[in-house]
Amino acid sequence: MRVSDATIVSVTGAAIGYDNRLVLRDVDLRMTRGEVIAVLGANGSGKSTLIRAVLGLVPLRAGRIELFGVPLRRFRQWQRIGYVPQRLGAGGGVPATVTEVVSTGRLARRGILRPPGAADRAAVADAVAAVGLTDRAHEPVANLSGGQQQRVLIARALAGAPDLLVLDEPTAGVDAVSQEAFAAALGTFVDAGGSVLLVAHELGPLRPLISRAVVVHDGHIAHDGAVPEPAGHHAEPDHDHVHPHAPAEPGSIWNRTWNL
Amino acid sequence: MSDALSLFQYDFMIRALIGALIIGLAAPSLGIYLVQRKLSLIGDGIGHVALTGVGIGLLMHRSPVIAAVVVAIIGAVGIELLRERGRTSGDMALALLFYGGIAGGVMLVGLSDSSSAALTSYLFGALTTTQTADLITIGVLGGLVLITMLLLRPALFAVCQDEEYARVSGLPVRTLNLILAVTTAVTVTIAMRTVGLLLISALMVIPVAAAQQFTRGFRATMTAAMLFGLLAAGSGLFVAAGLDTAPGASVVVLAIAIFLVVSAAVAVRHALHRRRTPPAATEPEPQEVVLR
Repeated sequence: MRVSDATIVSVTGAAIGYDNRLVLRDVDLRMTRGEVIAVLGANGSGKSTLIRAVLGLVPLRAGRIELFGVPLRRFRQWQRIGYVPQRLGAGGGVPATVTEVVSTGRLARRGILRPPGAADRAAVADAVAAVGLTDRAHEPVANLSGGQQQRVLIARALAGAPDLLVLDEPTAGVDAVSQEAFAAALGTFVDAGGSVLLVAHELGPLRPLISRAVVVHDGHIAHDGAVPEPAGHHAEPDHDHVHPHAPAEPGSIWNRTWNL
Repeated sequence: MSDALSLFQYDFMIRALIGALIIGLAAPSLGIYLVQRKLSLIGDGIGHVALTGVGIGLLMHRSPVIAAVVVAIIGAVGIELLRERGRTSGDMALALLFYGGIAGGVMLVGLSDSSSAALTSYLFGALTTTQTADLITIGVLGGLVLITMLLLRPALFAVCQDEEYARVSGLPVRTLNLILAVTTAVTVTIAMRTVGLLLISALMVIPVAAAQQFTRGFRATMTAAMLFGLLAAGSGLFVAAGLDTAPGASVVVLAIAIFLVVSAAVAVRHALHRRRTPPAATEPEPQEVVLR
């Protein structure tokens, strides 16, 4: 069943954007099974837009996007994809427990009318355990820290047992303990043969997992290959990612340093 | 209060009570989703639109309830499609729809040969107007709303919690949103004879607001809200019968009373809890750097 070189995400000559505002153009990206791709870039470079387009959340203006060999428009096997958005919605103040939120990750597999069975409950409990939140499973998500909420979101994606995880800045503003828990859960997923497409501003503890980096700059893909090494003072362990005098006009991307 | 009890010897009171209880149960089961997606006042807007339907029904000497259901569904679907497009002008479009709905309704009722008492009975409810045929309509449609809300709870919860995630899960998001819009319209119109078009929205929202002060999960909130809705509808009807007040207003006042009692109880429990236990050592934020 396992085809080692099967293409799972394919973006060809894509122009992506909203009404009157093209965010990305001439985008080509091919991702094969088992890869862990980090999409890097400065804030506002369009890196989130790229993965949101792959999921069909941002309109495709030109070109083609295929998931698991099926054009996006006709793609229906959504249970194969686990999406982790940037943050948890507030839900209008109606409380929801960790387990309730993670359970929605089973819907793609279960369908909307079938009540959850033993297998669903076990998958939810396993996913909550994988991110280290078992002792908080029945607490309202609103009581959790930002990092713990982020772990709830990855548990929700893992609960559906997807083949591909798509994560939008999973570690932004997340405390160190949660980042480690996050990296561990992701590592287990990758070891089991899963593929990961993630957007990041800084990689932190995720760095050893990344097999390929795609750098988005100025509306197109500027680099596709090895993870760029942090340069200059960015490489120092105590570098705090503050850029008080960043150039107003970004020059060539090769002169720039990446926050990894 | 014995007067109120004796009134329940009459069939019309029994019918009104059954109708109110069904609505008391169904309205919060739907309202929780509206609160969750921050559309608490949508029921009110659809109530305004439904009044135009009442006016059309009265003017054409047809059933005002059926006409109101049809017009309210058209209005609700229209509002949902506007919301989906996410235009900032949607806010203004809603205002036009709401006020157009109520103004059109009042004018049409005026043009028909109905009294202003008839208008008031639709706006605020009237005890004596629930006929057996109405009760059957309320029972069937209210039951349908309730079953839909319970059966689709996982899917509706997912859509209201995180619409984009629901989309990426392959859920039929637009269909689910339209189901929510249509059931809101249906609930508003079947409730207009007992609670009234202008106050039904309160019965969708206030029991949820009361419940979520002490619950931890969505399912628990829904259950508690439905019990509060039942309690407010039942006790409100007793008060309306005893004091000869409009049932809608009485039900809503009782719902607000429940909200205040729950708020007070939660505040007392917090105060007691704080006195009994020493200030909990809050989990320290993990350190970002290793200190040596």
